[in-house]
Amino acid sequence: MSIATKEIEAGRIWDFPGGIHPPEHKHRSNQTPIAQLSLAETFVIPIKQHTGAPGDIIVAVGDHVVGGQPLTDAGLNNGLPVHAPTSGTITAIGPGRIAHPSGLPDTVITLTADGRDEQVTMPPITDFHERGRSELLDRIKQAGIAGLGGAGFPTAQKFALQRPLDYLIINGVECEPYITADDRLMREHAQTIIDGIEILLHLAGCQKAMLAIEANKPEAIAQFESLLPHHPAISLRVVPVKYPSGGEKQLIQLVTGRQVPSRGLPLDVGLVVQNVGTAYAVARAVLAGEPLIQRVVTVTGDHVERPGNYWVRIGTPVAELLHQCGFNPGPQQRVIMGGPMMGFTLPDLTVPVVKITNCILVPSYAELPPPAAEMNCIRCGACADVCPAQLLPQQLQWLAKAKDYDGLEKQNLFDCIECGACAFVCPSEIPLVHYYRKAKAEVRQLAREKMKSEVARERFEARQIRLEREKQERLERHRRAAEARKKAQAEAVAKGADDPQDAIQAAIARAKARKAAQAAAAAAKQSDDESNV
Amino acid sequence: MTFKLAASPHTHNRRTTQQVMRWVYLALIPGVLIQTYFFGFGVYVQILLALVTAWLSEAAVMHLRNRPVRHAWQDHTAIVTAVLLAIAIPALAPWWIIVIGTLFAIVVVKHIYGGVGQNLFNPAMAGYVLLLISFPVQLTSWPLPTELAQLPLPFADTLSIIFTGFTQAGHSLEQLRIGVDGITMATPLDSLRHDLSQSLTLSESLAKPIFGSLGGIGWAWVNVGFLLGGLILLKQRIISWHIPGGVLVGLLVPAAIYWLFNPDQAITPLLHALSGATMLGAFFIATDPVTAATSNKGRWVFGLLIGGLIFVIRTWGGYPDAVAFAVLLANMTVPVIDKYTQPIAYGHGGRP
Repeated sequence: MSIATKEIEAGRIWDFPGGIHPPEHKHRSNQTPIAQLSLAETFVIPIKQHTGAPGDIIVAVGDHVVGGQPLTDAGLNNGLPVHAPTSGTITAIGPGRIAHPSGLPDTVITLTADGRDEQVTMPPITDFHERGRSELLDRIKQAGIAGLGGAGFPTAQKFALQRPLDYLIINGVECEPYITADDRLMREHAQTIIDGIEILLHLAGCQKAMLAIEANKPEAIAQFESLLPHHPAISLRVVPVKYPSGGEKQLIQLVTGRQVPSRGLPLDVGLVVQNVGTAYAVARAVLAGEPLIQRVVTVTGDHVERPGNYWVRIGTPVAELLHQCGFNPGPQQRVIMGGPMMGFTLPDLTVPVVKITNCILVPSYAELPPPAAEMNCIRCGACADVCPAQLLPQQLQWLAKAKDYDGLEKQNLFDCIECGACAFVCPSEIPLVHYYRKAKAEVRQLAREKMKSEVARERFEARQIRLEREKQERLERHRRAAEARKKAQAEAVAKGADDPQDAIQAAIARAKARKAAQAAAAAAKQSDDESNV
Repeated sequence: MTFKLAASPHTHNRRTTQQVMRWVYLALIPGVLIQTYFFGFGVYVQILLALVTAWLSEAAVMHLRNRPVRHAWQDHTAIVTAVLLAIAIPALAPWWIIVIGTLFAIVVVKHIYGGVGQNLFNPAMAGYVLLLISFPVQLTSWPLPTELAQLPLPFADTLSIIFTGFTQAGHSLEQLRIGVDGITMATPLDSLRHDLSQSLTLSESLAKPIFGSLGGIGWAWVNVGFLLGGLILLKQRIISWHIPGGVLVGLLVPAAIYWLFNPDQAITPLLHALSGATMLGAFFIATDPVTAATSNKGRWVFGLLIGGLIFVIRTWGGYPDAVAFAVLLANMTVPVIDKYTQPIAYGHGGRP
């Protein structure tokens, strides 16, 4: 065992550079147990709620479905299915607003509930230790489970690559201010989460899991401290309160001291990270056969009367969720999906809750004031001091404004995790993350265009080569034909036939004679004319 | 119903550029009070002149650049520039000195490069160097510390001498600078430099009446005042320790070594630390973020370079003090420092 592994085993907590301590505002939503939200009348289920290709739609308008029934299947694109959140009728399939910062529409399935809330489940698998990996992975995939922490990466896919793992890391850090969904889930369903971790350990084929919780969740920590002694494979890591310690890369650094290589995966350093919500969903899918049709969502902010955590069916429109929590919109109201650091504002409230929605925040301007006018950068370096990726945000900002894409590459723009710490501390209130997102999009666009033109160039060159080859082949054919003809003629002559060459020579001779005669006649005429003068 | 769209993060800690700058000029107060105590009300007059010139010239430039004047006034950077320049020049210098210096600092050094955040050189120090080179006599004619002066200098006379060159009684600045022994007195650093070059020993030079137990009378306490202000800035996390630490280490370590080998002919490290503009430079001038290196490692290198240059120029150069030249020279090296001190980003093989 190397020294580093020994230190990991000893429970050492490393530090990561930078980080900030924004006001937490967590007490507002974590005081009450998770409540069940009443069923909405209509649900909007986007067919793509994860990272990757969407599945194929397997229902049609007018179909009656029951809760838990898949609406799409993995199909040829290796997508992830989505399920009906309740029983009812499919009333529309088409473009609709989805939970994405761009506000662009995507295909959604609209379901009108019948109020009976009939459900189907898959057969429970209780003896998961006896089952093969592929069966369990298939179950997790069929249950539609994608990382519930925010990135929405299909969970089964993370385990599909069979590589030796040192540790499975379970992320219960939840460092974003305001959000307490994971906190409440851990307090109330610690045993189910542990079951999920056991299943994930079995899938990962690794011996040890580390469950990381931020120190500001003493109740959740106490829950696990009492339960974990029965589960020797799982150890608890309490990490200090600092944003963004729940970022995948930062958490890895905190509990193992390792760094995920740039543009690499945690797998590259022998680790896989899963969210506690995902562990819970995995346990429900395997042990109870329930597909992922609901999740915990924190609803909080000054403009909601009953802040707290709710079990919300996936596909519930945000409007319905907020309505049930007592929403009093103010002027110029912002509705943020996610937390105040990394969440995005919604253009309207028809947007549904999806698998990665952990929070709906409706702040007043008193608690989260609007940004002041952007001023010039004074190079104070506060941003660099807080950057967890050790970038130089102010340099990136200059380069992004100057559209110096090579410079941005040198300053490692793509290692930015968009945590927002730099913009949080910027005294000139420069929306730094916004500039980086834009620059990243531009760089990606350029790369796409470059690839396109590369493809076009290759096709053009291939065509040129083909034309040239065809020309050469044609010439070759002609040459061969001519040779064959000549040979045939020569053979014919040898056999005694008229040599066509003779005929040609004769024709040339005749033509020459005619020309000579004409010339003689013209000369004679000219001399006549001269004599007439 | 539509809702407001905004880019994340939606939260911000409330320390603005204006607040940063306000802390900087508030932290100057102890030093300025002490400087006024020793060198008279002229300090206030110079600060006032500099502020008025800075505000007016900034307004004019912003008008010419078709930008809102409010925008430039709001960030308070001009205040810092004006005050730094005003306390760097002699308290009784003629009024046009500070006006020219401030105009140059604001118009040429700051706005011609594109305004706040864009200038390569520290505006106050560039203004100071312009003045020092153009008007060396006025810039080196520091008044005597009050306790050494022959003639008292009430406020009316201070104004009179700044605006007309003579007190109401008709004394010129030169007459005011004559000490008890009837000889015009130089600043401590100037006097030391002169004496040491004349092969006097350090103790002989220090026997002059301009020196007290701590160092130059007045000067030592002014430096203590700016050190105090600097510590406030450190405490408030307005500046990091890297630049002032670098300046002091870069100045005092070579100074100490040189002095150990040459105790009679070298200025002691304590005298270096408490003379001239050492503390003002280390905590308030070199730390100007716009013209300094940006990473912590870079700031450390930048500070060391300034400190080293101050030592070299004070010891072997043509000027008694060197903060302004050292800062400007270091400003030029910032892009290079930044290039070679870029921190290793996460996942690029650095040691965690």
